[in-house]
Amino acid sequence: MPRQALAGSRIRERRTADGLRQVDLARLVGISASYLNLIEHNRRNVGAALLRKIAEALKVDPAALTEGAGAALLAGLREAATAADGASAAASSPAAPGAPELDRIEEFVGRFPGWAGLLAGLQGRVGHLERSVEMLSDRLAHDPTLSAALHDILSAVTALRSTAAILAEEGEIEPEWRARFHANLEDESVRLAEGAEALVSYLDTPRTREQGVVSPQEAFEGWLEARGYHLAECEGAAPPDPEALAPELPAAARRLVAAYARRYSTDAAALPMPALLAALADLGPDPGRLAERFGLPLPLVFRRLAALPPGGGAGAGTGASAGTGGELAEPGRIGLVACDGSGALIFRKPAEGFVLPRFGPGCSLWPLYQALARPVTPIRTPIEMSGRGQRRFLGYAYCQPAYPGGFDTPPVVEAWMLILPDDGPATAPAQAVGASCRICARAACPARREPSILGDGG
Amino acid sequence: MAKHVLLIEDEPNIIEAIRFILTRDGWQVSAHSDGADAVAAIRGARPDVVVLDVMLPGRSGFEVLQELRADPGLAALPVLMLTAKGQERDREQAARLGATRFMTKPFANTEILDAVRALGPA
Repeated sequence: MPRQALAGSRIRERRTADGLRQVDLARLVGISASYLNLIEHNRRNVGAALLRKIAEALKVDPAALTEGAGAALLAGLREAATAADGASAAASSPAAPGAPELDRIEEFVGRFPGWAGLLAGLQGRVGHLERSVEMLSDRLAHDPTLSAALHDILSAVTALRSTAAILAEEGEIEPEWRARFHANLEDESVRLAEGAEALVSYLDTPRTREQGVVSPQEAFEGWLEARGYHLAECEGAAPPDPEALAPELPAAARRLVAAYARRYSTDAAALPMPALLAALADLGPDPGRLAERFGLPLPLVFRRLAALPPGGGAGAGTGASAGTGGELAEPGRIGLVACDGSGALIFRKPAEGFVLPRFGPGCSLWPLYQALARPVTPIRTPIEMSGRGQRRFLGYAYCQPAYPGGFDTPPVVEAWMLILPDDGPATAPAQAVGASCRICARAACPARREPSILGDGG
Repeated sequence: MAKHVLLIEDEPNIIEAIRFILTRDGWQVSAHSDGADAVAAIRGARPDVVVLDVMLPGRSGFEVLQELRADPGLAALPVLMLTAKGQERDREQAARLGATRFMTKPFANTEILDAVRALGPA
C-alpha cells in the first residue's frame, strides 16, 4: 500500500488557496467531483499519474503534495502508538480502548490535523520527560558531589557513634582521654551539621537551567536548526569567540555549540563558501568530485555542503546556477548525520522526507553504518525511505578513525553520511531503509533490531 | 606479646575511637592513613589482623586487598574490610577479592571488637 501521507489534504489546501472549486479541478484532471472529494479527505489513495495531473493543474511540484511536514507528524504518531503499546502491556487496564488504528493513521491526520498534531506533540514531550527522568536517576547514581557528600556524612556518623558509645559505656576513662573524646564529638558534630547543610542545599538548588527537559544534544540541535545550519559569522577570516555564540543555552549545550563552531570555522577556512559554490556550479553536488578537486577529506566536504547558506549564497556573487547551489540550499534539501563508534547519532540535520529518529540510533541499513563497519571506504548508496515510496535519496558515507592520543591509543571513530535528494531517473535499485525499527514497516528486514509496531514487520 | 592490629583508615576520629576500644581489650594498635603505601606498611608491621577501609586516599582498599592476596606471605592475613552501609556492590567486590570479614559503617563498638577478636590469633 503506497503511503501518501496527507496527499488529499494538501490537494485540498492548494485548491482552496488557488480559489478553485472542486468541480473545476475535477474536470481539469478528468475525474468526477465526488471522487476528488474522497481523495481530498484522504479516503482514497491517488495514483502517480493522477497526482501528476493534479499537480500540473495546481501548478505545483507533485512532491509538494505528497511529502513534507506530514512525514515527521506520522513518525511522531507511530511513536505514540508504540509507547501506548508498551504501556498497556505493562498495566492493562480493564477500560483500555483497542489498539490505535495504525492502518487508518493517514485518514486520522487528514481529518483531524489539529488533534494529530497535538498527539504527536505530546508524544514528543513524553519522550523528553522520560529522558530527563533517566538523566536525573543517572545523576543520582553517579553524581560525584553527592557520593562525596554522603561519604563525608557517613564518616562523621561512624566517628560520632563510636566515640559516643565509648563515653557512654566504657565506665572509667582517664580524664585526658575523656577530654579528647569530647573534643572529637564536638568536631564531628560540627562536620556532620555542615555536611548535612551542604547536602540539603545541593539537592535543593534548582538546576533546571542545567538539567531541564531537553538534553544538551537536543538544545544544541534546536539552536542549529533555528540558524538554518549555516553560521554566517564563522565563515569569515575572523570567527567570533565560539564560547559566546549561544549565551541563551545551558552550559552543557553551549559547549556542544562551541565545539561545533570551532570545527565549522576550521572547515570554512579550508573550503570557503564562494569556492564551494563555484565548484558546485561546475561539478554538481557529488561530494567525491568536490573532495578530489579541493584535496580535502570527505566529511569536511559533507559538512560544508550541509552548511550552504539559505538561498544558495546569492550574496556571494558567484552566479551559482539555480540547478546546483541555489536549489540544494533550500531548507531541508540536504541532510547530514554523524555517529560515533558506538553508533549513537552525534549530529543530525534532517532532509525533507528522510525521517531521523528522535532518540537512539537510526536504521542499521543506512550507508552511515556500512561506512562505520568499513572505515576509510567511501560508500555511495541510493536509498529509499521505506513506506514512502516516491522519494529517493543518495547516501554518501565515510568513516575516518582518528588517534587523538597518538600511537598505542584507542581510535576515536566518526562516521558521516550526506543525504542528497535523488530526483533523476532511477539508475540502480535503491536500498530500502527506515528511520528506526520501531516505526518501520519493512517486512522481513534482515537487519531488524526490534519488532515494528506497524503490523508484521518481520 | 600483645596481639597486633593495623588500622588502615584516614579518619582521625574513627582511628582514635577504634584504637581506644581495641587497646582496652589488650591489643597493640597501629594506624596508617594512606592507601598508596598501605601494602608496604602492612609488610613492615606484620600485624595479626588488618582493619582496612574501602575509601582511602591514594589507593582504594580494594586494590590494597588485591595486592595483599597476591603476595604468598600475606595471602592468609586476616582482613576486616570496612564498607559503607547500603553499598552491597562494595561488599560483593570485597568478598571476591578475598576479604576475611566485613563490617559496614557506622558500626557499634561491640561489633568491631567481636570481629577483630574472631580474626585474631587464638
